Amino acid sequence: MRHSHRRHAGLLYVLPALLFVAAFVAWPLLQLLRLSMTSASMLGPGSFVGWNNYLKAFRDETFWQSLAFTLQYTACITPILMVGGFLLALLVAEPGRIARATRGIVFLPVVIGLGSSSILWVGLLDEQVGLVGRLLVDLGLVAHPPVWFVDAELGMWAVIGTVVWKVIGFGMLLFVAGIQSVGIDVREAAMLDGAGYWQRVRHITLPLMTRTLLLTTLVSVIGSLLAFDQFYIMTAGGPRSETFTSVYWIYQNSFIYFKQGYGAALSMILLAIVLVLSSVHLLIARRGAPA
Amino acid sequence: MRRSSTIATVPAVLALVVSALTLLPLAMTFLSSIKTGAQASAVPPSYLPSALSIENYLKVLHYQAGLGTYLFNSLAVAFLTIVLCLVLAVPAGYALARLRLPARETIFVLLLAGMMVPYQALLTPLYLMFSAIGLANSHLGLAIVHTVLQLPFSVYLMRSAFAAVPIELEEAAVIDGCNSFQSLWRIFVPVARPAIVTLVLFAFITSWNEFIAALIFMGNENRFTVPIMLVGVRQGHFGAVDWGALQAGVVISIVPCLLIYGLLQKHYVSGMLSGAVK
Repeated sequence: MRHSHRRHAGLLYVLPALLFVAAFVAWPLLQLLRLSMTSASMLGPGSFVGWNNYLKAFRDETFWQSLAFTLQYTACITPILMVGGFLLALLVAEPGRIARATRGIVFLPVVIGLGSSSILWVGLLDEQVGLVGRLLVDLGLVAHPPVWFVDAELGMWAVIGTVVWKVIGFGMLLFVAGIQSVGIDVREAAMLDGAGYWQRVRHITLPLMTRTLLLTTLVSVIGSLLAFDQFYIMTAGGPRSETFTSVYWIYQNSFIYFKQGYGAALSMILLAIVLVLSSVHLLIARRGAPA
Repeated sequence: MRRSSTIATVPAVLALVVSALTLLPLAMTFLSSIKTGAQASAVPPSYLPSALSIENYLKVLHYQAGLGTYLFNSLAVAFLTIVLCLVLAVPAGYALARLRLPARETIFVLLLAGMMVPYQALLTPLYLMFSAIGLANSHLGLAIVHTVLQLPFSVYLMRSAFAAVPIELEEAAVIDGCNSFQSLWRIFVPVARPAIVTLVLFAFITSWNEFIAALIFMGNENRFTVPIMLVGVRQGHFGAVDWGALQAGVVISIVPCLLIYGLLQKHYVSGMLSGAVK
């Protein structure tokens, strides 16, 4: 009796968490799958429609546009975040007060909410009252304050600028940890061999950090594929629905048009894409982890 | 000698430029928030306030349902999220690290699996479910969504922290006749305090900042959290945006995060490094 009690004692402690995950992750996932095969809308739970919602997505021009835009956004911002984050990390990984202070400062915006930071930038980028426009004019870079969000391309780059400001410290910090774990002795040994700074970065630091680089890139890519807050607040999907992201288009269908069945099918598609990427992430993380 | 000092100067200058560029938007927003309402909406804008004014903050204070309501909502949801994460993750992490547990690895993977599912995809079924059981538009409902987001990290964190507690401490507790709950409460929780602080800190920041679920689940003006209130300010009245109030609102919403980061930077950084890439 006592023996069996001890053997399963642990179950009692994990049970609340397991039940929570079952109720609020697993069950909703099943519901999502079911919902994606119904015509649920504001009129009611609807009826079973099989794969119709998925076929509808296939023919939905805005769905493809939102997916393409999300991929474009991800493809544009990821290299900036990763290369920029790595260069910043090189800059601030050195010992010294200035480097350490810079590390702390560049990381500051990471702790702010993306919603708040997007609103902050709405104020700064406004073509009438915003200081960014005034600054660009005063520096002689443009004749008039740019109107950022009337053009999809320009709007996307403006959003990218603000998001880079907000999250570049995240990658930087992880890369700093990676650089520091390479170890000063390895780098010093290379220095004695007469390797220059960039040679050491290229032939020693970078190869030893492959895993960190890959994992951080995947985390960053997944984050960008799920972008919503910044576009909802800064572009509202415009102009002409050109800056709807995948999550935004799901939100629009599920909660603005109340086409929950269709929204669920779109969610399933996004889920599949993200699951592939996070499986790759898990594989790399597991393989490289110290046993 | 001279050559090496010039080389050392380049990174220092670069670092200062980067720091200035990072701080500039925050400084400009703060300075705009203490302009008078008229100056904050002036075209073209001025860099510095000509007079110090709390007018914009007063306007946010009395915006719609009142800042107090929105702050209360944000804090209530964050508090409930913290409580849920603690109540679920501390015992789970303890059992995973220290107790006899059948199918330990499977349970661990199941608890972390939520990390692979983007919560954005779960919002529709959760919303329908919460509407049916009266949790839509409630602090608890939104806190549950935020806990879904934060639980995997919390479990991971607590498991690692409890696994690092020296076995001698546990043995001493067993000799003293402690049962598993007493050892958790008297030995493990006090030793793992830094990890618990990290858990609370991250749960707070996640909940305080979270946007899309708050936007969807809190449909009632009186339940808006601070970020959703900001969206209201940004949309303005009949197209006219109160820019001063917007800047003041942004400052109010980011100050708690900056304060926490300033005070608990070590916890923050260590938590991020342990959670993000593993």
